Amino acid sequence: MENQSGSCQLRLEGEMTIFTAADIRERLFAPLPHCQQMDVDLSQVSELDSAGLQLMVLAKREATAMGKDIRFAGHSPAVLDVLEICGLTGYFGDPVVMAKGD
Amino acid sequence: MNLDNALQTFFVESHELLQAMEDALLDIEHSDDPVESVNAIFRAAHTIKGSAGLFGLDGIVAFTHVMESVLDKVRGNDLAIDDGMVALLLSCGDHIKVLLNSLVDGQEQSDPAVFAEGAVLIERLSKYLGASENQIEPATLPQQHETRVEAMGGGFVETDNWHISLHFGRSVLRNGMDPLSFLRYLGTMGRIVGISTLLDAIPPAAEMDHESCYLSFEINFQSDADKAAIEGAFEFVRDDCVIHILPPRSRIADFLELIQNLPEEDMRLGDMLVRCGTLTQKELEEALALQSAGASGNAPESGEEPKRPIGEIVVEAGMVQAPVVEAALEKQKHIKEAKGQENRVIRVDAEKLDNLINLVGELVIAGASASLLSHRSVDVPLQEATSNISRLVEEIRDSALQLRMVQIGETFRRFNRVVRDVSRELGKDIELLISGAETELDKTVVEKIGDPLMHLVRNAMDHGIESAELRQSRGKPAKGTLRLNAYHESGSIVIEVGDDGGGLNRERILKKAIDKGLVSPTQNLSDQEIYMLIFEAGFSTAEQVSNLSGRGVGMDVVRRNIEALRGTCELDSQEGQGSTVRIRLPLTLAIIDGFQIGVGSASYVVPLDMVKECLELSSEERQKAKDHHYINLRGEVLPFVRLRERFSEKGQAGPRENVVVVQYGGQKAGLVVDELMGELQAVIKPLGCLFGNLKGVSGSTILGNGEVALILDVPSLIQQAVNADTQMALSQA
Repeated sequence: MENQSGSCQLRLEGEMTIFTAADIRERLFAPLPHCQQMDVDLSQVSELDSAGLQLMVLAKREATAMGKDIRFAGHSPAVLDVLEICGLTGYFGDPVVMAKGD
Repeated sequence: MNLDNALQTFFVESHELLQAMEDALLDIEHSDDPVESVNAIFRAAHTIKGSAGLFGLDGIVAFTHVMESVLDKVRGNDLAIDDGMVALLLSCGDHIKVLLNSLVDGQEQSDPAVFAEGAVLIERLSKYLGASENQIEPATLPQQHETRVEAMGGGFVETDNWHISLHFGRSVLRNGMDPLSFLRYLGTMGRIVGISTLLDAIPPAAEMDHESCYLSFEINFQSDADKAAIEGAFEFVRDDCVIHILPPRSRIADFLELIQNLPEEDMRLGDMLVRCGTLTQKELEEALALQSAGASGNAPESGEEPKRPIGEIVVEAGMVQAPVVEAALEKQKHIKEAKGQENRVIRVDAEKLDNLINLVGELVIAGASASLLSHRSVDVPLQEATSNISRLVEEIRDSALQLRMVQIGETFRRFNRVVRDVSRELGKDIELLISGAETELDKTVVEKIGDPLMHLVRNAMDHGIESAELRQSRGKPAKGTLRLNAYHESGSIVIEVGDDGGGLNRERILKKAIDKGLVSPTQNLSDQEIYMLIFEAGFSTAEQVSNLSGRGVGMDVVRRNIEALRGTCELDSQEGQGSTVRIRLPLTLAIIDGFQIGVGSASYVVPLDMVKECLELSSEERQKAKDHHYINLRGEVLPFVRLRERFSEKGQAGPRENVVVVQYGGQKAGLVVDELMGELQAVIKPLGCLFGNLKGVSGSTILGNGEVALILDVPSLIQQAVNADTQMALSQA
């Protein structure tokens, strides 16, 4: 995580599931007050479940409410799969790149 | 609920289901009621798919889905089940087993070879699907065949799809279930045409609990599945979720009711329904108009009872006749009752059970020591108390051991498949007859008996049972018979593997044995002894397979395995009529009722089940017995072994000697001892590997006074006594 000129980068790795939800939540929300724009790299997320999804939604909503911008990028196949199932790709409005061979 | 535990249960259950499926498949060829078998197979495949979906095991779901489609066709009489299909379905079952096992081993991604195998099977399955109807539905991308029907009188919505409204309870995630896996599973039953995920329920960050579930879904779902099947998908969460399933072309009023019953704001929910494609905008407006009309006039039937059972709604909607619903409910009740039965059986970790048995073993030893001390004291109430405790300990021991007893039927049933496969391979027609399947024995023994049995069964089919032509020329039915039988006999379990094949060729075995130097040509052997030669180590060569009509391939390995379980093998054979291998095993490996005897300063224990009687060796007999090693037991010759000599005990025998008559496997012998010390419970402690080759002793135990006593290996002692007796007789003759 870097902090430069109001924007910060965050890279989430491994599981985003109920088992890691507390940790993910902490990592998502801790930097939020300190930056104007936040980029979250999801390329290393191996697994996403409903708990993880809820946190993404929550982060998006809270950030918007605070007038800030949160962007998810580099969606891993696991993340894409979930967004696809729930029909939520549009909700986040982030550009989504399909991995090769998918 | 821990997910790992649930997964474990899933594995265990899936294996059971696969077994059930296999049984049903094997049954189908002989069954009078193939329909029931097909249903059983279908149920098994369906349940595995369902549970796999729950855990997000997409590989298994995709595979079983194709299998299920084929089975569904069979069930619907669109396809006839034939030999080829049975073989294919058996392979499919094996493949699922492989998939499961690789998951157990922690491999998420199965290796390419397995994957390729799965692809081949799917292709073969698809042929069945393609042949009957051009409607192959791959698990992920079903074809859409929309048949739009004109809306009837405007009262019904136009869509041809189901509408499913899923509002998950807060605790779903905590209970180890992920709403997403239900969606994935739905995807296997049909096509999710449109989905709206409702996120409004997620509270502000401060109030949000990241372990609670706030998600709701409105799903426009296209599927040929019936309502029960769709409902079944949500069986695991039915209790803590609000689920509405509206059938295709429901009345607008029903949607209105749905909209009103759910906590979300009406308009918002309506939008959702439009968005996922269930309602058109026009239909929504119609519904809301209906609602306001109802609100201004008499309150419509809806709204007052927020959670009416779906059944009522369906009946009201004129979708289903009331009796049909009743029948369905009745059926559900039956299923629930059946579940109740299942619940009476609980699964326990084998390790916990072993631990319990160990503790009981220690308890037995400690109890013995306490009762010994109490007997030494003169305190009568204390003696009474300890004898009460001893009795209870004995009961605890028996029930604890009972816990580990399992029926051998499970092991036997596996051979249905083996016999089927091997007989095809060999081109022989062989039938397997199983009896005594309910005979119980210790779980640890069951686990270890599988391999030797497999060996014997394969041997019997390969070398025992002749080809159909040969059988007919010998006047036997063309179909060979293999028998597996089990029964209890004096503290042991006896397992028989018999065939009606050619039997063993006595002369050839004898010749072979002489060639190999196992016996000398002058030796006079009984048939029994000659047959037993095939269990000798030197007797298994490849050459011998063609030379002998009978067995011998690795039979020494079988014998070693059996002996490692403190068991013995016997062989009966009649030339031209078949042969039977009889395996005798102790019922349990842990604790036995023993009979304690003393020789000099040492104590020994004989398993009580094998003790036939005890008698005093009269001085007259003692005189006679000095020269020969047998006594006259009520007119019967009873060979005996002097334990004093056998174990090189120092010192002279006391003034009195006793004979313990022991029996095993139809033979009797006497053990001459100094002292009879009575019954005890012996916890068997294995001897170290140093003593592994010690003949005549099978283990040790700790006595109440802390001393160690050896447990005698009665079968080998009997053998010694009988042999010595025969030798003596021969040398005298």
